[in-house]
Amino acid sequence: MAGLSSEDVEAFGLTLRLAATVTLLLLVIGAPLAWWLARTRSGLKPLIAAVVALPLVLPPTVLGFYLLLLLGPHGAVGQLMSRLGLSLLPFTFGGLVVGSVLYSLPFVVQPLQNAFEAIGEGPLEAAACLRAGPIDCFWSIAIPVALPGVVTAAVLGFAHTVGEFGVVLMIGGNIPGQTRVLSMRIYDHVEAGEYAQAHILSICLLAFSFVALLAMTLLRPRLRANG
Amino acid sequence: MAEAPNPEPPGLVAALTRRRGALSITFEAALPASGVTALFGPSGAGKTSCLRMIAGLDRGSAGTLSFGGEPWQDSRRRIFTPPHRRRVGYIAQTPGLFDHLDVAGNLNFGWRRAGRPAHLDREELIDQFGLRPLLARRVGALSGGERQRVAISRALLSDPALLLLDEPLSALDGAAREDLLGRLEALHARLAIPMIYVSHAIDEVARLADFIVLLDAGRVVTQGPLHATFTRLDLPSALIEAAGAVLEGVVTAHDPTDHLTELTFDGGALLLPRDRATVGDRLRCRIAARDVVLTAERQAGSSVLNQLACRVIAVGDADHPSQCLVQLDAGGTVLLARITRRSLRILDLCPGRDVWAQVKAVALGA
Repeated sequence: MAGLSSEDVEAFGLTLRLAATVTLLLLVIGAPLAWWLARTRSGLKPLIAAVVALPLVLPPTVLGFYLLLLLGPHGAVGQLMSRLGLSLLPFTFGGLVVGSVLYSLPFVVQPLQNAFEAIGEGPLEAAACLRAGPIDCFWSIAIPVALPGVVTAAVLGFAHTVGEFGVVLMIGGNIPGQTRVLSMRIYDHVEAGEYAQAHILSICLLAFSFVALLAMTLLRPRLRANG
Repeated sequence: MAEAPNPEPPGLVAALTRRRGALSITFEAALPASGVTALFGPSGAGKTSCLRMIAGLDRGSAGTLSFGGEPWQDSRRRIFTPPHRRRVGYIAQTPGLFDHLDVAGNLNFGWRRAGRPAHLDREELIDQFGLRPLLARRVGALSGGERQRVAISRALLSDPALLLLDEPLSALDGAAREDLLGRLEALHARLAIPMIYVSHAIDEVARLADFIVLLDAGRVVTQGPLHATFTRLDLPSALIEAAGAVLEGVVTAHDPTDHLTELTFDGGALLLPRDRATVGDRLRCRIAARDVVLTAERQAGSSVLNQLACRVIAVGDADHPSQCLVQLDAGGTVLLARITRRSLRILDLCPGRDVWAQVKAVALGA
């Protein structure tokens, strides 16, 4: 594309890598968490549910700010990491991943939880009486039956990560190839008065978001029909 | 442990309670290790709750439960075997089929997890329940009767030690119900493991059960062999409709012109309306207490075909003050008649008196 600089292309690649990594992690963390929330009768449920949902209402900058403090050289996690000989996370790709996972968690957990709750007790009890233990039930019943919900969760998590700005700004900074993602790049272009470049990137993101939602709507009934 | 001297291992032994708000369920029972046990009682008696406690699907229950001497639950010792380790085949009222799998996938689910046991003939079971043409079908496209047949076969293929059925016929009508009841009777005849069958329909229980547990208002009213239990005089009024005799006899003759079959049992013979019968077959039938009329003498010129000579054993209360239940001995077989108190007085019936039982209707087994 003529209008894209090599820095823009780099930001594209970085954004895709980030979103893919984060989506994978979100599913790995979010699926067991959503399963627990859907099944538990524990008194902790409202508390955990509220913590998971917090990023929905919290300004991203606030989340990013506290993560910065927590992961930084004076934060509890930061100090633990330096004692373990690990490099600090703020202003690195790893830091971006951590921030994005936390920020997008409710967008993955909630559709998964809804899908798991919709399964109902019947099939799960039947599976238990057919000798399937809890982990077996999760893989052989919950995941396949809730597959449309898993797809929704993955699409929402991916798209949300691509579009985030505030958390990235706070914890990632704007380091080329490391933390300079598309949304930062658009901001840079606008700051520099390069509206044409900002346009191209923005249109790309707009098209991407639209296609993602469209694909989700088209895919869901088909997934359901095929089981 | 391995070579217990006791030849007859204990079946299910339960002393469980469940409290949910105002509703309290107490399930105390000792069930035989073979044959069909019916949990029978009116709707809301707690039958399904009991079955769920047995399966281990209700963690809110307290008490003890063991099967074949193996403890499944003991609240005091903090023992609770989860459902997947109990080896129960549980068929819920709505069968909980796996929508994401086809019929074969459903059948294989428990079979694979049980290690494809060699003593289970999967192919024969598929044919026995008429599932061969359905194997590749998605379960969403099945009829109610087909769904139940898949659920029962699926449970049997998981190699259970105990089969639990919760009103498998309740959602079915007419032909589908009759078809499944027939298959269950055939299963009963061959099944090596015990079955617990929840129902509120007396005809199902009369045809399938060997042992019966009567439940009313969340507790066990009485339990015992089927024949003895339904001819008791102290049945709770909610179950009085079920009062009557269940007889098992041998076909001794069949008249194809009149479509009548002669069934001989200890104490006499009955003529049953039936299209076909093979001499020598064993059949069950039920004579409801309200279908028995008592007369002092044998009736001539009556349309009632079946008259049995009886002796009065005892008289008890029925569900209405105008009625009473008369327990009768028909040559070793106990019958029950529900008649009015006035008739009792007019006929001057008391224990030891000889009477004739006119059987107005006989409900049949298969």
